[in-house]
Amino acid sequence: MESKLIKRKLTEKVIFNILGLFLWISIAILGIIIFFIFKRGIGVISWEFITSMPANGMTEGGIFPAILGSFYLVSGSILFATPLGVFAAIYMTEYAKKGRLIRLIRIGVNNLAGVPSVVFGLFGLAVFVKYLNFGVSILSGALTLAIVILPTIIRASEEALISVPDEYRESSLALGATKWQTIKNVVLPAAIPGILTGCILGVGRVAGETAPIIFTAATFFSMKLPNSVFSEVMALPYHIYALVTTGTFPAKQVPFAYGTAVVLLVLVLLINLAAIILRIRYSKKFSN
Amino acid sequence: MLNWKTKEKVIKNTLLFFAFSSILFLAGIIVVLFNEGAPIFAKVGIFKFMFTGDWYPTYDPAGFGIYNLLAASIVVTIGAMVFAVPFGVASAVYISYILPKRFKNIVKPTIEMLAGVPSVIYGLFGMKILSPYIKELFGLPTGLNALTAMIMLGIMALPTIVSLSEDAITAVPKSFRDASLALGGTRLETMVRVILPTASSGIVTAIILGMGRAIGETMTVLMVAGGASLFPSNILKPVRPMTATIAAEMGEAPVGSDHYQALFGIAIILFIITLIFNIFADMAQQRFKKKVSGE
Repeated sequence: MESKLIKRKLTEKVIFNILGLFLWISIAILGIIIFFIFKRGIGVISWEFITSMPANGMTEGGIFPAILGSFYLVSGSILFATPLGVFAAIYMTEYAKKGRLIRLIRIGVNNLAGVPSVVFGLFGLAVFVKYLNFGVSILSGALTLAIVILPTIIRASEEALISVPDEYRESSLALGATKWQTIKNVVLPAAIPGILTGCILGVGRVAGETAPIIFTAATFFSMKLPNSVFSEVMALPYHIYALVTTGTFPAKQVPFAYGTAVVLLVLVLLINLAAIILRIRYSKKFSN
Repeated sequence: MLNWKTKEKVIKNTLLFFAFSSILFLAGIIVVLFNEGAPIFAKVGIFKFMFTGDWYPTYDPAGFGIYNLLAASIVVTIGAMVFAVPFGVASAVYISYILPKRFKNIVKPTIEMLAGVPSVIYGLFGMKILSPYIKELFGLPTGLNALTAMIMLGIMALPTIVSLSEDAITAVPKSFRDASLALGGTRLETMVRVILPTASSGIVTAIILGMGRAIGETMTVLMVAGGASLFPSNILKPVRPMTATIAAEMGEAPVGSDHYQALFGIAIILFIITLIFNIFADMAQQRFKKKVSGE
């Protein structure tokens, strides 16, 4: 009896350690990828690399237009997606009764989240570039990316709104406020940090998306900075792809690709870190 | 000045419209894909389109059979899952069940942060760092092949699977665990016989979503799979999954041409596959919710 228990405990220990090994290997693999990108790219990074225009067929100069282009695309997409996502979430949490309608909407959100990014690219190409005739432009790219991140923003806003305690709503309604007044003046302000987290996560996702912008916004090289929403732009993720797959001087281009990758990676990781910290802080707010 | 009741009603209906935006976009995607892509099914025949392997879109006469591309997508996705599922689920179990809480609070956010690494960065790593190793290891003419794509996709799917499986395991009520422990089960027995069976449909959701992400992944396979539209009979040969085909060729296909329509045709097939995945994931999720809330 005694030895059987010892055996059971021993099996447990062995199996738990094997599981642990799997976890540490997984983290190590992900860590190695980031390490290699940094190792090869960090030497390229300089003030000039970040702030100057590319020169000599992408073999000299910097990536400033790509940084600026990504900034425009990301801001544009957030601008479109945030009001849409937040309003959708308000309806889903504050108005809709549990039942078929809300199920249907949620299935829509989940399925939209699962659409492959290249399919969004084709949709953007057909609708924004072609039908609406916006051409390959910041506008087409930002609109396409807005659809890509809409589910992220809806889900995060929904979570934020749900976590606002019902006492908040009840107190406001009891004071004679209408439902909309309650939402606008009480619920929404309380949910803002959570919604912000969702937007930040959206920014992180969109900054790295490549497939949706290949046909809708991105160009490998432009002589001047974009001057309107109808200009095509360079963008960080597309720039990485283009540097390693096209062009005539691979030996000089590849280090630039690593450098660009470091810039993109640092941006995305910092953005995600900010979102996570904000979320942890925010989840403490209502828990006690 | 509107009466407040009318105003409330207007607001409610406006919000309802916004709430439908996702469904509208989804419907819009379906309409657009079929509008642009369906003509190719009529020209080639849906059966021939899907189940013949001659993809010669720019030849005369052109061939529009996507069988090899479809097979490549499926093979590469399955290969990725062979790696990602055991590693992902084991890691999730360890994080949620064994790791002390103070470590968990660091490890889980780290994994979530890694989930945000853009696919083009995995592509760059696979193309320039992993593939030379694969090339040398197997003595191949090129390291850009199905195997490299599988490895990279597997790594990419890992954070998704870990994070969502971990959520599922953590969502199992603590009372289930306590009951089993109180009956004299060891922690391992509790995990195998109580926690995992309860969390199983949640873990299945995580795996399906991970698969959906892998089959729809574009940049990584575009950069590392090699790009040859061959049947994936050997994983050490270059392949061309559906997503890579669309991304690589759309730039050259004249708008409205047969080639353009065929690429939208591929997108239709891809969209349907991911839609099926999502529906299954959703069903598993519903089952899981019922189970956890106590049937």
